[in-house]
Amino acid sequence: MLTIFRKELGDHFNSIRFLLISALIVMVGVIITSMVGMAIQEELKGMAKPTLIFLLLFTSTGKLFSFVQFIGFFGPLLGIFLGFDSINREKVSRTLSKLVSQPIFRDSIINAKFLSGVTIIAITLVATVLLISGMGIRLVGVVPGVEEVWRLVIYIIISLLYISFWLGISILSSVIFRSTATSALASLAIWIFFSFFVGLGASVVADAVAPVSKTASGVDADMLIRHERIQRVISSFSPMVLYSDATTTILDPMRKTTRGLILMGPLERFSMSRFQNPLPLLESIYIVIPHIISIVAITLLCFGICYLIFMRQEIRTI
Amino acid sequence: MLCSSGWGGVNVEGKAIIQAEGLTKRYGTQTAVNNLQLQIQEGEVFGFLGPNGAGKTTTLLMFLGLTEPTSGKVSVLGFDPVREPFKVKEKVGYLPENVGFYDDMDARQNLRYIARLNRISDEIAEKRIDYWLEMVGLSGEASKKVGTYSKGMRQRLGIAEVLIKEPKLLFLDEPTIGLDPDGTNRMLDLIHSLSREKNITLFLSSHLLDQVQRICDRVGIMINGHLVAIGPIEELAKKKLGVNQQDYTLEEIYMKYFKEA
Repeated sequence: MLTIFRKELGDHFNSIRFLLISALIVMVGVIITSMVGMAIQEELKGMAKPTLIFLLLFTSTGKLFSFVQFIGFFGPLLGIFLGFDSINREKVSRTLSKLVSQPIFRDSIINAKFLSGVTIIAITLVATVLLISGMGIRLVGVVPGVEEVWRLVIYIIISLLYISFWLGISILSSVIFRSTATSALASLAIWIFFSFFVGLGASVVADAVAPVSKTASGVDADMLIRHERIQRVISSFSPMVLYSDATTTILDPMRKTTRGLILMGPLERFSMSRFQNPLPLLESIYIVIPHIISIVAITLLCFGICYLIFMRQEIRTI
Repeated sequence: MLCSSGWGGVNVEGKAIIQAEGLTKRYGTQTAVNNLQLQIQEGEVFGFLGPNGAGKTTTLLMFLGLTEPTSGKVSVLGFDPVREPFKVKEKVGYLPENVGFYDDMDARQNLRYIARLNRISDEIAEKRIDYWLEMVGLSGEASKKVGTYSKGMRQRLGIAEVLIKEPKLLFLDEPTIGLDPDGTNRMLDLIHSLSREKNITLFLSSHLLDQVQRICDRVGIMINGHLVAIGPIEELAKKKLGVNQQDYTLEEIYMKYFKEA
C-alpha cells in the first residue's frame, strides 16, 4: 500500500492541480490576513485588555468573510477537486486492470488514494493556518497563547475531517461513474444540495409543520420554539452546518452553545447574561463533541460505502 | 506424474501448470464459461481461440483470481487463485488487450512502479528494467513519456512490464494486435524465445490464426462458453479435415468447428 500511497502523493504534487491549490492558499492567506488584520486594529481601538485576540484572525469577518466561513464554503471544493477522478481515471487509461493483477490487496488501491488525498488536505490546511498566523502576528502584534494554539489544532482536525468527507464523496462518485466529467458534476451536485438546499428546505419544512403566526399578542412562543427546533434538526443534515457550528464554537470561546438564541435554555441564557468570561477549552470541546462525532461518522460511512462498492465491482467493468 | 491423454490427446511429460475441472462462470442467467476441462503443461505454448464473447477473457480472469468461478475447480501453479490470489499473481504475468500505462510517466518509471508493487528490490528491479527494455528494443526511448509512444511501442513496453516480475506463466491477450508486419514478427520471435530460453509457459489468446499456427504447440477452441476442441494443430486437422500433410491452415479447422457449433 505504501508504494501506491507514495505514487499517488507524487502524482498530486506534480499535478497542475496542486499548483492551483498552492496559489489559492497563498492568495487566501494574504487576502484574509490583510482584511481581518486591519479590521481588528479598528475594532480594538480603545478596548482595554481584550482576551484571545489571536483567534479573531480566523473568525472575524473583516470586510467580506472570515477564514472559517471560507473553509466551510470552499473546503468541500478542495476535497472534490482532489478525488473526483481518482478511480475512473485509471479505468479510462486501463491501468486499473493492470494494478489489480499485481500481487497487492485490492483495497490498498482505494485506501492509498484516500489517504494521499487526506495528506494533501492536511498539508494545505496547516500551511494556510500557519501563513495566516505568521502574517497576523506581524500585522496585529499579538502572540498566541497555549490555549489558542490548542483551539487552532482542534480546528484543523475538524476541518480535515470535514474536507475528507467531501474527498470521500468525490472518490465514491469516481468509483460509480466511468466518466470523470460526470463524476465531477455528480459530486458538485451533492455538495450544492447538502450545503445550500438543505438549509432552504429546513425553513420550508419548518414553516409548513409549525407555522409561526402573528397574533395580536405577538408571536406564539411555543410555536416559535417548535419551528426553530424542526429547522435545526433538518439543517443539521447538512455537513456545512455541522462544521460551521463546531468550528465557530471551538474558535470563539465566548460562545457557550451551538444553539441559537431562541432555543437556549433558561440556565444558558442566565449564564450568558451574567458571566461574560470565555469558556475554557475543555468546555468548548464538550459542546461540540456531538458535532465532531457526526462529522467523523459521515466521513467513515461515506468511505465505507465507497470501499464496499469498489471491492464488489465486477472486474470486467474495470 | 500426470499424463494428459484424457485432456486433449497429447502426452506431455511434465507438471500441469494450469488445471481446470468443471470450471463454470455464470453472469445472471447467462453462462460465460461452461464446464471447462483444461490442462496446460509446463513450458507449453498454448493458443486459446474463439469468437468475440466466447468466454476467453472470463476464463483468463478466473485463472488469475480476478473473478470467482460459479462452480468448478482450478489450480494455477498448484495454487487456488480464489484462496491464494497473491501466490498466483506473484508468479503469473497478464498482458491485457490494449494495456494501459501512466501516460505522464516515462517507460522506466512505469516499470519501476510495477516492480515495487511486486516487492522487487530497487537494485534488482533496475537491472531487470535495463535488460527487458533492451530485449524489447525500447532502451533508446526509455526516458520519453509513455503518452508519446506509438501503439507498437506500448505493446512492447507491456511485454517488458509483465516480464519484470519474471513470471513462470504468461497470459497474453492479443499480443500482436495493432503492430506492423515487422513488429509482429519481432514480437512473435520474442514470445517464442521466452518459451524456449526462459521456460515460461505461454497462454495466448488471439484471433490471428496464422500467427497462432506459427508459434503454438497446442490450441483450444472455445465457442459460446464451451471448449469444443483441444489438441495439437496436426491432430485437430486429422480429425476435422482428414488430412495428414501440412496442406491445411488453422483457419480451415477453426471455421469448421465454428460452423458446427
